[in-house]
Amino acid sequence: MKSLKFLFLIAAVVAASFARAAEPVANTAVSDAATRGKYLVSTAGCHDCHTPWHMTDQGPRPDMSRALSGHPENFEMPPAPAPTGPWVTSVGATNTAYAGGWGVSFTANLTPDRETGLGKWTARTFIDTIRTGRHLGRGREVLPPMPIAVYQNFTDEDLTAIFAYLQTIPAVKNKVPSPRPPAAAATAQR
Amino acid sequence: MKRAFLQCLLKLALLGALLPPVARADEPRALPQHLRDTGLYVADSLSQVSPDVLPFSPQYPLWSDGAAKRRWIWLPPGTHIDAAQADAWEFPRGTKLWKEFAHGGRVLETRFIERGADGAWRFASYMWNADGSDAVLAPASGTREVAAPHAPGGRYSFPSQDDCRACHEGAPVPVLGFSALQLSPDRDPLAPHAERAAGTVDLKSLSERGLLRNLPPELLSRPPRIAASTPAERAALGYLHGNCGNCHNDEGPLAVLEMTLAQRVAAPSPGNAVLRSIVGVESQFRPDGAPADAARIAPGHLAASVIAVRMNSRDPLQQMPPLGTQAVDAEAVALLARWIEGLSKN
Repeated sequence: MKSLKFLFLIAAVVAASFARAAEPVANTAVSDAATRGKYLVSTAGCHDCHTPWHMTDQGPRPDMSRALSGHPENFEMPPAPAPTGPWVTSVGATNTAYAGGWGVSFTANLTPDRETGLGKWTARTFIDTIRTGRHLGRGREVLPPMPIAVYQNFTDEDLTAIFAYLQTIPAVKNKVPSPRPPAAAATAQR
Repeated sequence: MKRAFLQCLLKLALLGALLPPVARADEPRALPQHLRDTGLYVADSLSQVSPDVLPFSPQYPLWSDGAAKRRWIWLPPGTHIDAAQADAWEFPRGTKLWKEFAHGGRVLETRFIERGADGAWRFASYMWNADGSDAVLAPASGTREVAAPHAPGGRYSFPSQDDCRACHEGAPVPVLGFSALQLSPDRDPLAPHAERAAGTVDLKSLSERGLLRNLPPELLSRPPRIAASTPAERAALGYLHGNCGNCHNDEGPLAVLEMTLAQRVAAPSPGNAVLRSIVGVESQFRPDGAPADAARIAPGHLAASVIAVRMNSRDPLQQMPPLGTQAVDAEAVALLARWIEGLSKN
């Protein structure tokens, strides 16, 4: 019964995520980079994965008190269920943890917290990350479900605007866990 | 008369529109399609290196899955490297460098970097054919998994242009392995995989030939050497410098991590800044199942030393370096183990 509730929550979060993505966003004139960045963040689905979701009276909603702060550090995830049949991906209840053939990924803290977020990043590192699909432009690959190939269609100006906006939102101290290798690889390393 | 003059002007204008644009002297040229056209070899040869191309051998070479490597540099006649900034040499425009990779005696790849007339650096990889009769420019996107029986796993990958830039553009100067520390005559006897072919140039010979100028004189009288408390520490820090310092330094895009593995020869006590940034310092990346006392380098505790753990992994989520290797460098991991286990926990 408990697992049924959990599955329902996941389904509801995913469904609500798509529903919100379809909501119209005010086409305000953009006067500066951060305003333009806010528009792009709200239309490109960043909150769907980088803001933890929680259950409300209206159903699952992004918890905007922790906007864009990534997978909550205190929400420890047990080992992911083994993929069976055609179902190969699992999603955590907050929509911030994903398991699949690549291992387990946790969405990043995009807030300007200097220790756990993007507070020390520059626009250049942000752009390099998207352009190369590698962490900080030269580290490990950015993992699914981050739609890197889609976001590579942003211009440098768009990415600069997004970064400018992300630097204006409230900083949230939240140390996102490091990704986990696929179960088979993790077993082999031990 | 006036009409004839105007007609003449019109003809000149039309002629100008039809003529191809004149290339500016500083416009970058296209990369040569064949290695033989880069200037490494004498004419009609793919084995005899041009006499004005100089071989060199860094004392702390990059691990490349055990490939045997040879390296060369060429400077335009009459030019020199300006070493006034001892940790960021200024190479003349037109400088060329090559690095050759071989497994089991068969040359697979030659990489080429060149500083153009516009001052920008460009990067190329050339893929040798099976009988060694030609080496052609690799696609900009790289080529993955070419059969190579003697390479680890029997496969060999050629880097993309982005891969080249990811490593070479993380440091103050995109020339890696040709610097004051790497060419110091005071070579480290414990450096893993160091090769020194006959005739390779070093700080002294480059200075004597006038190819390296303005090097601070103390670096010639007392060649650069990593300050360390033990020989194992010197070699371990040297390995980290040669393999990781190109990205992990305090000037490039990864400076935000506040972890520098690049040694400086210009500053006093060059080893200390590196040690301060790694020994006992919490790691932002925490491998799955890491012990509670995990740190970048945890004195006396190899399994808790995230740098060594990541060097010892080829899981793409945590391997370090993230690019360019498929196999763990067991000799380097053993060196780091000796160093870490010898560090005091206090």
